[in-house]
Amino acid sequence: MTMFWTIWISVISLGTIVGCWALLAWTLSNNTGVAEGEEMGHEFDGITEINNQLPKWWTNMFYLTMIWGVLYLIAYPGLGAYKGLLGWESSNQGILTLAQSQEELLLDIAEDNLNEYAITIKRAQERFDPIFEEYARTPVEELSLNEEAIQVGKRLFLQNCAQCHGSDGAGQRGGFPNLRDNDWLYGGSGDKIKETLILGRKGAMPGWLAPFGEQGIKEIVAYTLSLSGRVVDQGLATAGKARFITCAACHGMDGKGNQMIGSPNLTDNIWLYGGSERAVTETLNYGRNGVMPAFDKTLGENKIHVVSAYVYSLSK
Amino acid sequence: MSQTSQVHPDYNYKVVRQFTIMTVVWGIVGMTIGVLLAAQLFAPALNFDIPYLTYSRLRPLHTNSVIFAFGGCALFATSYYIVQRTCQTRLFSDKLAAFTFWGWQAVIVSAVITLPLGLTSSKEYAELEWPIDILLAIVWIAYCINFFGTLVIRKTSHIYVANWFLGAFMLTVAVLHIGNSMAVPVSMFKSYSLYAGAVDAMMQWWYGHNAVGFFLTAGFLGMMYYFVPKQAGRPVYSYRLSIVHFWALISLYIWAGPHHLHYTALPDWTQSLGMVMSIILFVPSWGGMINGIMTLSGAWHKLRTDPILRFLIVSLSFYGMSTFEGPMMAIKTVNALSHYTDWTIGHVHSGALGWVAMITIGSVYHLVPILYGQPKMYSTKLINVHFWLATIGVVLYIVAMWMSGVLQGMMWRAVNSDGTLTYSFVESLEASKPFYVVRFIGGLFVVTGMLIMAYNCYKTIAAPKVQEDTIDASLAIGGAK
Repeated sequence: MTMFWTIWISVISLGTIVGCWALLAWTLSNNTGVAEGEEMGHEFDGITEINNQLPKWWTNMFYLTMIWGVLYLIAYPGLGAYKGLLGWESSNQGILTLAQSQEELLLDIAEDNLNEYAITIKRAQERFDPIFEEYARTPVEELSLNEEAIQVGKRLFLQNCAQCHGSDGAGQRGGFPNLRDNDWLYGGSGDKIKETLILGRKGAMPGWLAPFGEQGIKEIVAYTLSLSGRVVDQGLATAGKARFITCAACHGMDGKGNQMIGSPNLTDNIWLYGGSERAVTETLNYGRNGVMPAFDKTLGENKIHVVSAYVYSLSK
Repeated sequence: MSQTSQVHPDYNYKVVRQFTIMTVVWGIVGMTIGVLLAAQLFAPALNFDIPYLTYSRLRPLHTNSVIFAFGGCALFATSYYIVQRTCQTRLFSDKLAAFTFWGWQAVIVSAVITLPLGLTSSKEYAELEWPIDILLAIVWIAYCINFFGTLVIRKTSHIYVANWFLGAFMLTVAVLHIGNSMAVPVSMFKSYSLYAGAVDAMMQWWYGHNAVGFFLTAGFLGMMYYFVPKQAGRPVYSYRLSIVHFWALISLYIWAGPHHLHYTALPDWTQSLGMVMSIILFVPSWGGMINGIMTLSGAWHKLRTDPILRFLIVSLSFYGMSTFEGPMMAIKTVNALSHYTDWTIGHVHSGALGWVAMITIGSVYHLVPILYGQPKMYSTKLINVHFWLATIGVVLYIVAMWMSGVLQGMMWRAVNSDGTLTYSFVESLEASKPFYVVRFIGGLFVVTGMLIMAYNCYKTIAAPKVQEDTIDASLAIGGAK
């Protein structure tokens, strides 16, 4: 902030307070030319006004709040670039991007250049990091038997994961997997769950309407549904089986999917985007894009370790 | 009194009548939508899976219709009435008056159509898209010209204090609306704000808080300064107090916006200034309450018999309460608890229902008989019923929101020994549910009162006309007896 703006801000803000002060002082002495307690001598549609003195308690309160206001502005940042006597700062005020914020935070903590945000983060690290470091020493599968850790993981899950996967972890329609059914897109071992949480996942099912046409899609849908034992038109399903060779590249010849690339198993009657004929047709026509965000920056590896244990416990 | 009325009998009451009726109509519409929204919060199925009835689209319609349709019509009606009566002259221009009436209704109807369709600029209390914004600006400027024009041709030597507040409200709202609504249109119904990031947020809350400060406070203080002394039949308590609190109020209010953005990307210095000015503002705000309530000195007994006066005085009590609460909530540490919780909703409604709606209702009950040539309202008993419904409704509403809000704030910040949050959001929502039901009941009380008011007004208007002089005589001894 340039000097000009600091002066500008200081003059109009302090000017407002000083102006109120002067007005109050001026009005306290009777300048109306009418004796106190008398009517002012104007009349508006039958309404008159009395020249009463301002209530004393009110006047004092006004002075006090103004004095407090000026003291606050001396102690804390308020008047433009002036930083205030206490040197208080909520967070690094020069930050322009998220990346910069994360960098500067580490730097501030390292250099002991502490604003309120850095203090809060530092204290939290000191108090809570050891707890999670301790948990992280136990493998996910074993930690999932630790009742206390599971409660911690559950709370983290409710804050960070429940928005998509539901409070009970049962997922919801629209591509948010159920975490309780022991059906895993990318694998259900402790390490795999942790990997999913740390790096995130991007599931991309392409749309096939253009290459296969409506009839082709109909056939593939019939075959796909038949894989999980659904009653379908046999003629269509047979035709669809021939086309399924394309799908097999990801979902395998038997349609059982591939956890290496996160392609779903099509034979277990568990559907990420709905299993009705219409929903499956929609999926095949236009494709789907599933996104599981990466949580390494949000939670850090040790907390993710505990969440993984909780998620692991859900299907056990 | 009857003498002055004979010298200037030719006030433009037509536009006042129009706006007064629409105040009642829009009040019922806006508050009914509010009650539906309150119900949706504990019974979400009440949006009937119809996109136009979802919470997200009806919420801006509720705020726009209670603030700008109900509150706006009330301000137009009373300001046109007050400026004529206290300047002892007819409005500057009847044509402009008619234009403001139809123009304002056009703005409201456009809001009623576009907001449920999901057309919104997404700025709170300024959701209307750019073509409606332009119409609103034109109507508002016509309103200013008409009001200040009337002040210019006044027959009295001074300008009455009510008109100071009304004038400040009009000028500032013009500046706020035009300043905040600056946008780049990309199509007929879509535009993007001229401002970006934290600047946009600051502009929005500079506007937003002054919509409260000037539209809902200064404007209604103007209303108060006419109807309270008139209904009480007493002189205004202190002329000097009105000078100090007027100038202090309008110069401090304009700073208060940043307190809506505590602990955000807004720079520290802006947040501090917003908080400091908000706290000083508490005192001039109370100046208005003191002046209104003390005007009753020597006429306290009238409260026992006159429910209209009761509306006016209770509205001032709610005004005092919310203008104490507001500065407290502007303190950063308090705000850390209260922000984003129902406490804010409760605070807004103790202002909007307790202060704005109640002073309006009292003023409308004062106005309707005069405008329609009746000695008094059809039923004083029904006014009294309305008074109790409104008071109980508002109290239920704000107490429920206080409890829910503080509970939410405490639950959101509760932390376990491992640093994780104790409660999930859903748990706090569940805890709020009983309070949402109580709030809904409070809202029902308020709307029921409004319907009774509509009936009472209708019966008053439809009653056979009474001789003019009788009315003036009854006015001379201070309105309702």
